[in-house]
Parts: sequence; C-alpha cells; structure tokens
Amino acid sequence: MKALRWVVGTIGEVLITLGVLLLLFVAWQLWWTDVTANREQAVAIQTLERGFTHDSIPPDPTATQGPAATPDPLATLKNVPFGEAFAIVRIPRFGAGYARPVLQGTDHPTLGKGVGHYVGTAMPGVVGNFATAGHRTTYGKPYADIDKLRTGDFIVIETKSNYIVYAVQRHVIVTPDHVEVIAPVPQHPGATPTEAWMTMTACNPKFSAQQRYVVFSKLMRIFTRAGGLPASFMAVPPGAVG
Amino acid sequence: MYGPLWRLLPGRRPVKALLSLILAAGVVVLCFLWVFPAIAPLMPFNDNTIQSGSPSSDPTTMAP
Repeated sequence: MKALRWVVGTIGEVLITLGVLLLLFVAWQLWWTDVTANREQAVAIQTLERGFTHDSIPPDPTATQGPAATPDPLATLKNVPFGEAFAIVRIPRFGAGYARPVLQGTDHPTLGKGVGHYVGTAMPGVVGNFATAGHRTTYGKPYADIDKLRTGDFIVIETKSNYIVYAVQRHVIVTPDHVEVIAPVPQHPGATPTEAWMTMTACNPKFSAQQRYVVFSKLMRIFTRAGGLPASFMAVPPGAVG
Repeated sequence: MYGPLWRLLPGRRPVKALLSLILAAGVVVLCFLWVFPAIAPLMPFNDNTIQSGSPSSDPTTMAP
C-alpha cells in the first residue's frame, strides 16, 4: 500500500512538473522571444544604418560606371550571403519609428532576426518580385499588423545605395502551399515580369500557421541615398498602428 | 520525487526553501536559454513562409 502511494504520488508530481514546464514554454514563446528579438533587431538596425552611412559612396569603382542617371540598386546587392542583413524596411502605417532589418533567407533562425527575403526572388527595386516573410506573432513580430495595411500605403526599403518605395496594391489570404504569390509576376507563375513588385507574407490568423496573409505592393519611386528620401513618403497615415 | 530532494537539501527549513527557489530559477534559465530555443523550430506553429510540398527549412524547396 505504501509502495502504491509512492508510485501514484510520484506520477502526480511528474505530471504537475510537465504542466508547469509547458506553461513556461508558452510564456517563453509568446513573451520572451519578443523581448530578445526586439532588442537584437534594434541593434541590427543601428549596425545597418552605421554601415550604410559609412559605405554610402561605393568603394567598388565598377559600381559607378554605366548610366549615372539611373540608380542601380542591384549593383550593390548581388550575392548577399544567406542569413545576412542587407536592407531596412520602414512602414509608416506601422508607426513612425517602425524599422526592421531584412535578411537573406527565410529559415527559422533568420526569421527570428527580422524580415526574411525568399532566396531566388528579386532584390528590392528591380523588375520581378521582391518577396519577403515576417513573423505575425512572436520573435519581434515584424509583420504583426500586416492586416492593417491599406491600398496606397508606402513601404520603404532602405539599402546601402537607395531608398526604394513601394505602394500597397492588394492582399490575399491563402494556404501555405500557394507559392505563386512569390512568383516574379505575383499570382502568375511562369509569366515574364515587366514590373517591380514586392510581396509580404505572414501567418494568418494571428497565433496560427493555417494560412498566410499576403500583401502585394508595386514599385513607386527609387531615390538615391545621396538625394535622400522626401519626408512625405515617411508621413504616418491617419489611423496608423504606432 | 520532490520529497527526497527536500531531504537532500542541507540546512534548516528557510535555507532549504531558499535553495529550492534557486534550483527552480536555474531550471527556468536553462529552459529559456537553451531548451526552448532548441525545440521551437520543431513546433508546427513556427512555420510561417510560403513553400511547396512539406514544410522544410531547405530554401531550395521554395518556388521561384
């Protein structure tokens, strides 16, 4: 009888311990990943900004050749290594201070550090589809408010050489296997691109991975870093989140 | 399992209680810094990209 009591008691303690550990995991996932990711991403933004201002004049003499009038963002954004941050995304709708690093790749560790760029899709500002993924919840949730974006909202991509401004056109909600949303012509796989688009993908609904909320934006303007970005593109729209 | 642990801890009751708290805090730190980050990628709700076929961290599985 005493042995039975000990066995039942121990099983109870083990179950309670597992329950507490599960609650701890939920707290870590929903709260702590935001704390650490927000801190790391803020540091990454500072590092990127410092790098951009230091290297604003391309050290590579070949980069300055060719037609001087047309900014060529591709020139400085070739062969970005997997996992490396190469741009900053700013979205006035998400608040005046909203800035997140954009990194090459969309695997789990990369998306924990900011917005991920789908490998093989176009780089910002060029013809094709600059396709990105971001967390809707947890890990700093860069695309938490993706459903608040409205037609005409500006998405500003800051690179070493340029400010690239996209304007939101439309959105769709799809299951995760709809790869045509990141096709060179969004939703038209196989078509030859003639325009520059940007795709943003995030989980939908919040706290679920059942669907993807997908926003398509079209290239509006490209500004050189030297010329600067007109303030109107960073104006916070009425009813913005931040 | 906690009974023997309590008896194993040295000192009187307040000392035992304090040591238990420190041990519990140690477990939380261990989980937050190493255990949870290691198991998080295995959770189905952490897949949030568009990809063809079964979910995989291999970027080559994604369509153009």
